[in-house]
Formats: sequence, C-alpha cells, structure tokens
Amino acid sequence: MANLTINGKTLTLDVEPDTPLLWAIRENAGLTGTKYGCGIAQCGACTVHVDGVAMRSCGVSVSEAAGKRITTIEGLASGGTLHKVQEAWIAQDVPQCGYCQSGMIMAVAALLSEKPKPTDADIDEAITNICRCGTFQQVREAIHLIASA
Amino acid sequence: MNKHVSPKMNRRAFVIGSATLGAGLAIGLDLPFGGPAVVRAADGSPEIGAWVVVRPDDTVVIRIARSEMGQGSLTGLAQLVAEELECDWTKVTTEYPTPGQSVARKRVWGDFSTGGSRGIRSSQDYVRKGGATARVMLIQAAANGWKVPVSECKADNSVITHTPTGKTTTYGKVAEAAAKLTPPSDVKLKDPKDWKLIGKGVKRLDTVDKTTGAMIYGADVKLPGMLNAAIKDCPVFGGKLKSFDEAKIAGMKGVKKVVKVGDTAVAVVADTWWHAKTALEALPIVWDEGDNAKVSSESIAKWLAEGLNNDQPAYVGNKNGDAKAAIASAAKKVEAVYSYPYQNHATMEPMNATALYTADKCEVWCGTQNGEAAFAAVLEASGLPADKCDVHKVMLGGGFGRRGQTDYVRQAVLIAKEMPGTPVKLLWSREEDMAHGRYHPITQCKMTGAFDANNNLVALHYRLSGQSILFSLRPEALQNGMDPAAFQGVAQSGEAAFGYSVPNLLVEHAMRNPHVPPGFWRGVNVNHNAIYMECFMDELAQAAGQDPLEFRRKLMGNHPKHLAVLNAVAEKIGWSTPAPQGIYRGIAQVMGYGSYVAGAAEISVTDGNKIKVHRIVASTDPGYVVNPAQVERQIAGSFVYGLSALFYGGCTVKDGKIEQTNFDTYNSMRINEMPKVESVMVPSGGFWGGVGEPTIGVAAPAVLNAYFAATGKRIRSVPLRDQNITFA
Repeated sequence: MANLTINGKTLTLDVEPDTPLLWAIRENAGLTGTKYGCGIAQCGACTVHVDGVAMRSCGVSVSEAAGKRITTIEGLASGGTLHKVQEAWIAQDVPQCGYCQSGMIMAVAALLSEKPKPTDADIDEAITNICRCGTFQQVREAIHLIASA
Repeated sequence: MNKHVSPKMNRRAFVIGSATLGAGLAIGLDLPFGGPAVVRAADGSPEIGAWVVVRPDDTVVIRIARSEMGQGSLTGLAQLVAEELECDWTKVTTEYPTPGQSVARKRVWGDFSTGGSRGIRSSQDYVRKGGATARVMLIQAAANGWKVPVSECKADNSVITHTPTGKTTTYGKVAEAAAKLTPPSDVKLKDPKDWKLIGKGVKRLDTVDKTTGAMIYGADVKLPGMLNAAIKDCPVFGGKLKSFDEAKIAGMKGVKKVVKVGDTAVAVVADTWWHAKTALEALPIVWDEGDNAKVSSESIAKWLAEGLNNDQPAYVGNKNGDAKAAIASAAKKVEAVYSYPYQNHATMEPMNATALYTADKCEVWCGTQNGEAAFAAVLEASGLPADKCDVHKVMLGGGFGRRGQTDYVRQAVLIAKEMPGTPVKLLWSREEDMAHGRYHPITQCKMTGAFDANNNLVALHYRLSGQSILFSLRPEALQNGMDPAAFQGVAQSGEAAFGYSVPNLLVEHAMRNPHVPPGFWRGVNVNHNAIYMECFMDELAQAAGQDPLEFRRKLMGNHPKHLAVLNAVAEKIGWSTPAPQGIYRGIAQVMGYGSYVAGAAEISVTDGNKIKVHRIVASTDPGYVVNPAQVERQIAGSFVYGLSALFYGGCTVKDGKIEQTNFDTYNSMRINEMPKVESVMVPSGGFWGGVGEPTIGVAAPAVLNAYFAATGKRIRSVPLRDQNITFA
C-alpha cells in the first residue's frame, strides 16, 4: 500500500513501493493519459510533474514519489480551464497520433514555468521527448506562441 | 429493396482487401445491401446513406472506414464527404463503423485498409459520392415537404432553401424523411474549381482529447474485470517455445495464469500489466531456436552481396535498350554498391490488443491500420463465425505500416480464449516490440552507369539484391515469382515511375529472403530505391563534371511532373545562388504512391562527422491537396522519420535475433536535431496521389548528397551511427 498525491487528491493505492510511478498512475490510479513508451526514461511519453519538476515517471518508484505533489496531464487544466500549453496545442493543431503529446505537453509546461520566454536553444535543451510522427515544428511554434502572448 | 449506396467500389481496393481477408469473407462487389428502409445509428438518428448520419440538432456524423493514426485522414475524409454534402463543418463529427458491421452489410464502407498512402486517394471517389447522395436525398425531402420542384431548392451549410420563396429548413429537420427515400443511382460530383472545404487547412477533428489525456488508445482500453497480459515470443524468428517453468513464478503478486500462445510464445496474465511483466521476466523459458539461430547480419550481407553478381538469377522490373552491352562498350563507367538495413517501425505505442472471448462471441478492441484484416484474424484465432465476432477500432499511437499486420490481435485472442468471459489486454513491452517487428526489408544495390565520350549518360544498370515484402506477406501478389513493388520509384510506369530517361536501362532484383520478417515500413521500397538512385545520380553527375541539378534535368525531359517538383525545391532553396559560407546543399527527387516529390537540404559539417541540418525544402505534387495543413505536417514528419532511420536506425541480427532492444539502442531524432521543413505544394490536378509516405524517400538522399558536397565523402550505407557520423 502506498499513499500518492495525484492531481491534488491523496490516494491510497494497493501497489508495491518499487513499482514505477508510471504504472501506479496508469493501473492503480486509473489515469491513462500518461503513456508507456519505453520504460527506460528515454522517450518521455510518461512525463509528469513531481513537485513541479518534469520527470519520466517510468524511472521514478512509488516510494520515491510518496509524499510529493504529482501532476499528470489530467490534472494540468485547472477547473474547466485548459492550461495555456493545452490551448496553444489546440490552436497550432500540434498532435498527429498524439500518443507522445501528454508527455510533450508536461515537459513544455514545466519548461515554461521555469522560463516563460524560452529561446530556441532553451527549447532544444529542455525538450528531449521522442515523437515518431515528427511534430517538432508545431511544438516549437506553439511554445513561441505562448511565450509571445 | 435495392439500395446501391456506394455504386463504384474501387476494384483494386477490393481485391487487396479480400486477399488479406482470406477465402471465407470474400463478398461480391455489386451485391446490394438489404435491410430496413431506414437504418439507424446507435443513438437512433437516421442514416442518409451509409456514410452520413444526421441528428435532429443538425449534427452530421460522418462514417470513416480508414484508420486515423496521426496522418490526418480522418479529418481529410470528413472534408471530402462534407464538401459534397454542403453541411455545416462546425457540426461535423465522425465515427468508425466496425468491420463486423461492414461485413454484415456487404462491405458497404469498402476497404478499411489504411496503408500505401491510400486513405484518401483510394476512397475519395466513393466517399464524395456518399456525401453527394445524402445531399440530394435531404434536398429532395425538403422539396417533397414543401411540395415544390426539387430544382427550385438548394443546400448550403446544412440549410436548404426554396429559392423562389426564400423558405428554409435544416438538414436535421428533414433527415427522417430523407432517410426513407430511395438513394439516387448516380450523383454528379463538384468540379474541383468549386470546392470550398477541400483544399482548406481546417483544424483536425481529433485534437482536443489528445491534449488532455482523454484520448483512448489501445493501451488505455479498460473493461470491467479486465486482466492484463505480457508476452514473450521466441526471439529467433521461426523458433519455437520448448518449455517454461511456471512453478518458479507461482505466488508472485497478481499472477492469474501462464498461457502458451501458439507454438512460439508464452504470456503471463495478471491483475496489472506491471505484475504480468514482472512475473514474465522471472519466468524461466526454454526456446527451441532452430537453424535460424545461426543467422547474423554478416551472413545476410554476404548472401545479398552474391545476388549483386550478374550470374545470379534476377527479375527484370524495368528495361529499355541493352544496358549490359552499352556499358561494355562505353567510354567511361562508374560503379557503386549501396546497402540499406532492417528498420523497426517503433511506433510510440507498443503493439497491443484487448480481447473478450466467450463460447459464442469474440470481441477485440485495438488500434489497427486494417480493421478488416484484424477482423479476419479474430475469426481465425477464435474459430467463431463472422456474425459472432467484431473489432472495435481505437486511436493508434502510431502506425507507419506496422499496425497493418495482425500478429498482436491473434495473440490477444488466443490468450483470451484461455480465460473465457474475462477480458484480457495484451500489451507488448518496448523490448518485445523491438524484437518482433515487421522490419523494413534489407537490400543491397549495385549500380553501374556508362557515359559516351561527351559525358552523356548512355546506360544504367540498377541491380537490387534482397528481401521482398510481398513474398512474405502477400505471395498472391507476386507476378511469376517477381515482386513488382520491389521497383517502387524505379518502375517503368505507374504510381512509382522512374523519372529519368536513359537510352539503355536495366533495373532488376535478385530476390533473397532472410528469415527476419519484413513489413510495410512508411515509404516501403521507395526508401532504399530513392537513396540508391538519387545518391548514385549525384555520383554520375560528379563523374560527368556537371552540377547535380543540371545533370538530372537533362534526363528528365520526358518526365515533366517529376521535373516540376525538382525545380520547385531548387528554386525555393536557391540552388542557382551560392549557399552561405560553410553550408552545403543536396537535392533528390522520386515518385511514389502516385505523387511526385522532391527535397533539398542545407547542412554544415564539423570535424568531418558532425552534421547540422539547417534547412529542408520539400515539394510535392499529389494531384489534389485536401488539407494543406495536414499535408505540410506529413511532409515534415516524413523527414523526421526518414532522417531518424538514416542517422540512428538500423536493426542488426545476431544469433538469429534482432540486437536492438529499446530507444537507447534504436534512437529517434529530437527537436534540437530537426530544422523547420519548408514545404512547397504544387498540386497539378487530374490525379489523386498519396501523401503520408512518398516524401520520406527524398529525406535521406538530400542529406547524404549535401554531406558529399561538404566533405567529398560518399556514404553508401545506413545508418550513419555505424560510421561514427552523428548530429552536431
């Protein structure tokens, strides 16, 4: 059993402490917006915020995440209002298949909270998620759209 | 009652579809579908023909038979229907009919297969007719209600107007009456110059859920009481499962069952996938690897190299004059050998399917590029008849050709069969996905070009050796043993025709089929053929002492559409003016999937092995552009996929198995490595070409030719990481 605080709610989950946070989120908390892509922290599809920092949840154990503030893609909007990254994603029609985009959006949201007006170099350094469809151009444009707002 | 809803089913699509389906399901083309006078959607709203449902609130539901996997066809197909329907685009929504429903209605929605860049081009005719048919019926219903001649009525934006009186009604109000009418036997489609919605870069219809985490992919399917399965198939293709020691994992948390899957695989079923996977890792498994365990990349390369020798048998795919004789007597000749490796599709979402089997029913939920093929796999694996099975399609986390195969569907059904009444979701680990791809075929190519004394190219011999996809996946499509698709991009004619005129030409294929299973990998045979031909074109230009663009142009006089896209990229990248200091250019063109494409790259190289791609320009002539915003994204995405394969891809074989296991050993480009792609669309009309795949063909040769311009070094094999070349 473990207590995890996900999207502002503390949940008591029947999960072993060494289970990757990704699977606790998907299978025990039932939030499937966070995706499995590689399981080795390479692709970023499972990116969530842990205490506001973008982390690849496949590489974080439940015991490491316990007691921390976890935000998933489902918790990014506040109330009925989408996060500005989600809004920009819709405005720029960023996703293709969309499978990597939860992680991409979480990575970008974390970047913007740290650097509200990132340069291309900042984007290149911070956004390392894999997108096999190749949405990078739209991702970059959407980030600049937010930064210029 | 005879209702011909989509009167002209695409014959070719039907043949391909039925071939994948197998014998039991072949259904005649011209059989009408019967059924009640009014067919209703699940919510009770009436169908106005099979493609359109109109709800009382004027919402229009457009049926989409092809699969959406990111390429945007869902939106494009809806645009095609809506254009003719004259409906309010803001009230359009879509739904997938199931393959089971389609079969029950005599394939009223045609081919479900979503590959070969066919989604739009092979269905545009009958889906537009579906929209036009519904429009005619809706207007007729309004005219009947008003008791006025239909010729006095017109429709626009879901509103029908009686022109003389100005009376109006809406589609939603007349839908019930329209549904009772006999559909017109033939409808006239709009002249392309009158299109209002086709050609517009309208927003995709499926974006919002992809930004909130709400979109359900196969891996996200949840059913009441569902269990989860992890699987390992024999890592040596063709090998078998010998034994496993179930006792060793007895008592591991959550484990419900260990299941032998066919002759080759074992799966652990547990409460959660994480438990299933953890137990599977701990399960001792003994494989009977068989003779294929002796195969390596080296042994495959050696076998393929033998096929390059002229004394080995080969199929001739394109020929004119006498290339061998012309080469023998030429003033000068140039020869080079190239190779292209296996590639894994590496969709972001690994293969998966959820199956529920009971004694008299089997249902599957999955992402698939071919709903009907998945359906056929369910029938075969379950042993149940068509009216007891169905497939529910969900969003694909990438396809790229991989999800046209149904191996994972079959596995899911075989596992679920062992647990009747319990839904089971099978999800492959990334490692399983890397080990059991349907890989881009492996080939080598020896090219010989010959010049006369004036540096005119007089002969070209293009000799391919390697794997045939059709041999493995559609043997019925071979022509006297020859794989016609092997010549994509260098074919005599058709949708992937060679773009150069050479007086003496011989294009041939020595087929060699290693045990590694090949598949349709985005771009398919265009990928290696475009690299071989377009890089060798540069070698020939260099040998002739001519500019690569000018050298090509001289050979393209009889190929105006090929030439037009090449000229378009040359102009856009500024080929006629010198590149900035330290920047080098490369150019390439090819035809595939009925479309003409060209690409040009500007790169810089540091230390001889670090490439920065500064600029990419790409041009395409697909005949018609349905949604330019989506076409632009497909073009840009093709470069990401193609350049990832060039720089980082390549699957190697050791002891009969694929060596790469995850994205650490099979990397993919990131945002910092990818420049903006400037696309130039030059649709010339009069034909319908595909968009998702052709551009990938020019991605690698444009960069490789630029690399030569920068370094004087020819790269003749992929991936670049094997040659210690990487992104700067």
